Amino acid sequence: MNKKVDLLKHYLIQNAVPILFIVVSAFAIPISQFSGTYLVQEMLVRLSRNSFLVLSLLIPIMAGMGLNFGMVLGAMAGQIGLIFMSDWSVVGVPGVILAAIISTPLAIALGWLTGTILNLAKGREMVTSFILGFFMNGVYQLVVLYGFGSVVPMTNPAMVLSRGFGIRNVTNLEGIRKCLDNLMPLNIHGIDIPLATFLIIGLFCLFVLWFRGTKLGQDMRAVGQDMKVAGDAGIPVERTRLIAIIISTVLACYGQIIFLQNIGTMNTYNSHEQAGMFAIASLLVGGASVSRASIFNVFLGVVLFHLMFVVSPMAGKYLIGEAQLGEYFRVFVSYGIISLALVLHAWRRQKDRERARRSLRGAVEE
Amino acid sequence: MALEPLLNVRGISKSFNHNKVLKNVSFSLEKGKILGLVGENGAGKSTLMNILFGMTVIHETGGYEGTISIEGKKVRFASPFDALEAGIGMVHQEFSLIPGFTVTENIVLNRESTKYNFLVEAYGDRMKTLDRDDMDRRSREAIDKLKVGLDPAIAVSELPVGYKQFTEIAREIDKENTKILVLDEPTATLTESEAEILLDTMKRLAALGISIIFISHRLQEIMDVCDKIIVLRDGEVVDNTTPDETDIMSIATSMVGRDITTAFAGKGDREGNLGEVILQVEHLWVDMPGETVRDVSFQVREREIFGIGGLAGQGKLGITNGIMGMFPAGGSVFFLEGPIRLNDPTSPLEAGISAVYEDRRGVGLLMEEPISWNIIFTSLQMQERFLKPILGGLIKIRDESEIARSARDYIDMLNIKCLSENQRVQDLSGGNQQKVCLAKAFETKPRLLFVSEPTRGIDVGAKRMVLEALRKYNDEFGTTIVMVSSELEELRSICDRIAIIDSGRIAGILPASAPSTDFGVLMLGIDGREKKVV
Repeated sequence: MNKKVDLLKHYLIQNAVPILFIVVSAFAIPISQFSGTYLVQEMLVRLSRNSFLVLSLLIPIMAGMGLNFGMVLGAMAGQIGLIFMSDWSVVGVPGVILAAIISTPLAIALGWLTGTILNLAKGREMVTSFILGFFMNGVYQLVVLYGFGSVVPMTNPAMVLSRGFGIRNVTNLEGIRKCLDNLMPLNIHGIDIPLATFLIIGLFCLFVLWFRGTKLGQDMRAVGQDMKVAGDAGIPVERTRLIAIIISTVLACYGQIIFLQNIGTMNTYNSHEQAGMFAIASLLVGGASVSRASIFNVFLGVVLFHLMFVVSPMAGKYLIGEAQLGEYFRVFVSYGIISLALVLHAWRRQKDRERARRSLRGAVEE
Repeated sequence: MALEPLLNVRGISKSFNHNKVLKNVSFSLEKGKILGLVGENGAGKSTLMNILFGMTVIHETGGYEGTISIEGKKVRFASPFDALEAGIGMVHQEFSLIPGFTVTENIVLNRESTKYNFLVEAYGDRMKTLDRDDMDRRSREAIDKLKVGLDPAIAVSELPVGYKQFTEIAREIDKENTKILVLDEPTATLTESEAEILLDTMKRLAALGISIIFISHRLQEIMDVCDKIIVLRDGEVVDNTTPDETDIMSIATSMVGRDITTAFAGKGDREGNLGEVILQVEHLWVDMPGETVRDVSFQVREREIFGIGGLAGQGKLGITNGIMGMFPAGGSVFFLEGPIRLNDPTSPLEAGISAVYEDRRGVGLLMEEPISWNIIFTSLQMQERFLKPILGGLIKIRDESEIARSARDYIDMLNIKCLSENQRVQDLSGGNQQKVCLAKAFETKPRLLFVSEPTRGIDVGAKRMVLEALRKYNDEFGTTIVMVSSELEELRSICDRIAIIDSGRIAGILPASAPSTDFGVLMLGIDGREKKVV
């Protein structure tokens, strides 16, 4: 009996974050007065928009490098690809593909940079990649604000600031807006389903599953659990970690392109910042931890996090008469979730150590 | 013998910074035989194995002299991977397993069976898919050779220690070319029944033609399974024999090497001098990395000098650290009448227990502060001595003249070589630093003093001085002392009784006057199950 209670407790602790979100949403949805159809449509849009970004986080977690806050570097690469694409006025799906082609080498280079730096900061990957994101943000701003239009020639004057160089605050992506989502139109009971995007996401999920079964995937899991043992067995630890980060950065770059083609406009200097924070919050809301994450966590997390996102401002408005409060609440929640997940991770590790310690007393020899 | 030995080691010498740790070591090992390698800590066993296994530390310190040949071919390994290539498998004391992987995944780690797919053309061999069926088949095969009931699909983190060991051995067996298997203290962490299974397994492997080098402190095991026994002492082979030609006692004697009949330095009758039980430790466990204490119970009488000895890593240091609250601990400790709260460093200090730690630079001393400060620091913090009230008792300030006077007393008493009490501790020699540590502990006027490895890393003259100071302090102030040391002779020279710790448990407690062979027997776990308590 006691054991059952113990197991239940364990289960609740393990899934504390998603459970908290489900409970809060359960109260907030009726208050917000949104219709079911609207919410389903909204969730589908957000799934297609965000899933790929969140999925890009999986591989570094597998390699034991924690949450890759450095994914914003990939997002930056994607945005630079999009700037070129809209400058050259390539539209539709070819535009998306062009942006991906331009940004891939950039993402690989940035991923290599991140990976090399993280190899120097083993055990502190998260905080290092977090700060690296801030630093590269400065580099990105320098390049986009001063380099574009002066060093890098721009053909479309509408994109450039009136002083002659630097990209405007908002980049218009009308040419590729929803081109992927509407590639294979599907409408069921008035709900639009962005089938092509989901196919890409689905294919990528299959890739992740398959990847786990490769030699490289196995090596990443080994490195993720114990670098020293993996190294002793002859696995090239640093190279494996580097590859994990490069893959993640390139995928984040594609994820950002998919995200922005859905939105249709790009906040030139801010879009990438949000990309990292929201993707990480979503993944954690889905029940993932710093050291363990699955595809299921990704989709559950995107749905729960964005459900809260959509519902809470309206719920705040009807409840207190102020939409601002809901807005405040969702920002508050996304940071709170990240903190909570990190604290839970540390706490769980301590519990594990305590359990290991109990076994130290060993079997009493009789 | 007409047959070329599988492994032939000739004239190996190795020094670290002019310190010769191996001198002209030679031995040979035939196919399918088991070689037992025994020796005290620091006898050179690990260095010898590091050379054999091509560890990079050997190269970084200037290589070695002598030759190693395998199947008649001379080899010189630049890295462990070369040694693996040549067919040497090693199972270290620390497990080299990935906890979250299954037994199978660990056995085939980095040698997984793979299948081709088209992405290999673009991205290289690491994109090959794993062939789980073949991996399972291989791990089953390896486990079958061991004849142990090991489930290949279970995660290693859920296995008991003994089975982790089997997983490692199975990994070495799965390597097709493994000819020589080095097992470094494989039984140290095993229970008796697990150890028996392991010994059976070793015999079975030898029958399959794999040669084994078996390192163990448990001489009975060596006698049971080995075909040849090599005893190392101070880097030299002092005995090269077979179990038929020798017995445990003579191995123990050649290992220890000191004159075992050395009479116990008489200390007169102290028995009448001892008081009631002052410290009672029951079922203590301590989670100190590398010095795990599993289940230790003992009693110390007032005015006694109680010694704790044993080989490195068996847990003797953990006892002091656990009681003093430096590492997570459990069980119960009673001092005088009251219990000591474990995991709370202030509790033993308040009760009148002080400690001098083995790590004097890290824990014991404030290196950049003067001698006087170091000596009075704990007393000032814990007992609020060396303070004088000013402004009608509103605040207290340090009483500098009292501090200086006390420091000078100790400098005289312990003969600390220094310029003045204001000299910084980091400028002192190791022996003098150790004396400052003692002075600091003495100054708290403890009822009970723990001293860990008081003579580690200091020269012979200073050693004697430190031991005499302890002895004198015990005589004059009647302070009970618990001394932890790796050096048995040192313990025997000043202690009343000595407990020997083995695998985190007390192997036995003997009076210091007992012959040192008896202590050796306890240390080496020859009859570890039978507890001798005086």
